[in-house]
Amino acid sequence: MSLASAIRDRDVAELPSKRDEDWRWTDLRGLVRVLPEPSRPANPSSAGPFDALAGDVRVSTNGGTVTPVVIAAGETAAVALRFVSRGAGAHLAAVDVTVGAGARLVLLESYESDEASVAQVSLAITLASGAIVERIVLAQDDAEAVCVSYAQVVLGPSAKFHQTIVACGARRQRLETRVLHPGGGAELRLDGVYLLANKAHSDQTTVVTHTGTDGLTVQLTKGVVRDQARGVFQGKIVVDEGADRTDARMGHHALILSDRAEVDAKPELEIYADDVACAHGNTVGALDEDALFYARQRGMSQAEARSLLTEAFIGEVVDHIGHDGAREVVCAWVAERLRG
Amino acid sequence: MLSVSNLHASVDGKAILKGLSLDVPAGEVHAIMGPNGAGKSTLSYVLTGRDGYEVTGGSASLDGEDLLALAPDQRAARGVFLSFQYPLEIPGVPALTFIRTALNAQRRARGEAEITAPEFLKLARVKSADLKIDFEMLKRALNVGFSGGEKKRMEILQMAMLSPRFLILDETDSGLDIDALRIVSDGVNALRSPERAMLVITHYQRLLDYIKPDRVHVLAGGRIVASGGPELAHELEANGYERYEQAA
Repeated sequence: MSLASAIRDRDVAELPSKRDEDWRWTDLRGLVRVLPEPSRPANPSSAGPFDALAGDVRVSTNGGTVTPVVIAAGETAAVALRFVSRGAGAHLAAVDVTVGAGARLVLLESYESDEASVAQVSLAITLASGAIVERIVLAQDDAEAVCVSYAQVVLGPSAKFHQTIVACGARRQRLETRVLHPGGGAELRLDGVYLLANKAHSDQTTVVTHTGTDGLTVQLTKGVVRDQARGVFQGKIVVDEGADRTDARMGHHALILSDRAEVDAKPELEIYADDVACAHGNTVGALDEDALFYARQRGMSQAEARSLLTEAFIGEVVDHIGHDGAREVVCAWVAERLRG
Repeated sequence: MLSVSNLHASVDGKAILKGLSLDVPAGEVHAIMGPNGAGKSTLSYVLTGRDGYEVTGGSASLDGEDLLALAPDQRAARGVFLSFQYPLEIPGVPALTFIRTALNAQRRARGEAEITAPEFLKLARVKSADLKIDFEMLKRALNVGFSGGEKKRMEILQMAMLSPRFLILDETDSGLDIDALRIVSDGVNALRSPERAMLVITHYQRLLDYIKPDRVHVLAGGRIVASGGPELAHELEANGYERYEQAA
């Protein structure tokens, strides 16, 4: 059951539905009654959000093929990967990213759709020993689009993988990351932001499996939902038997700014090892009324005080982005959406 | 300046202020003293427009303008400043950003030009030095991890930078040691001027040794039950509030 197989086989019966535990808050079968025609080849429209930051920009439009990203051992690179959907067709895209021993990669990924397309993008990202990757994903889908991004990440020993996903939702949007974590000094940081308005839906799902000793995972996802939007966070950390001295911390915090908005969160720890330090924190609430009054007493209007406090709330995640240029792009993107 | 007449206010349907009247002319500093639960903090929140503090009767005006009809930020733009008893922590917002945003919001509301970044930083350096606040501290999130004394100093810094006309100090001395009390009081006294007025709310007389009031009022049972000169504060310190609580 996946959107990819449904698109490939042109069979809505293969769409994941709310009966699938993993998809119960992102029901595709109930939504997509008929799959659209396959997308036609097209050219990407305007420039991508990260074009200026990468010497190497690769674009897949409507499922067009992208050359695999291969970074040789010891090399350093910044690659922009754009997944563009034009029109209202259905398509699949896939790309492999391989990062050699000790190599460094900044992967600047964007999802850009302009109509009611139905698409899945699948990535396989492999880090060899000691490789360092920062993956920044900006998902700016159309309000009518259905988009699933599925990334399977495999870490080598001592590798470092730092991911930040920033999303504004779609008709249905799911950004799923699965990481195989070997321990052995490898470090994983998975961060996320969702800013949802109107009827947007965004789902950030992560599954991290620790298979070896001495692994570190830190996760922080923050969301702001208003109007009738719906945010979904599913974070699962599995610590296999024997994966001792695993240190895993997961946080998810959301602000709900209207009565009709909704946030569904499922943080899960599945621990089969004895000697581990694992924790998760989850909060869903409104802006602090006391802090709002404090800001207004100092002269800020209700709207200004709200946007200052909301930007600060999200800022904690954005500030963690290591790549300066990408952080600036994301910062501006966040500010525009929160002030708009 | 401030004129409060027969003010009634309730919180969660419970009457707290029951006919409070008070006049603070420009240039004067008035102290409000009273036992716990008398309505001292309620008065400060009613004057600044906090949600949940419902005015059920009476009036409050600043230079003839009805304060109660204005939103909290409009009152701030007209020069009303409250130094909070418990200043809020604002995670993720550097103190400088917070103060500059507030200052420019007030300026815009008054139809004035926004302050430029260099002007603002210069002002912040001068005022923080006056209050012996390390300038680096202003780059940190406002009040997050600050000690009680640091938070109070940060309140006075905001006051000095926003340059309000009517200042309300709610238990500003709580949590301050003697050195910090002196620094904070010097900061407050520096703002005394013929165009400004202050309302100093305090439980103890101690603060009034540093910020000398022109008038002292006793608030008990939601009303002003006695008023007098600075000597009244000493009388209260010696004899306590019991007499006034019974009167209320």
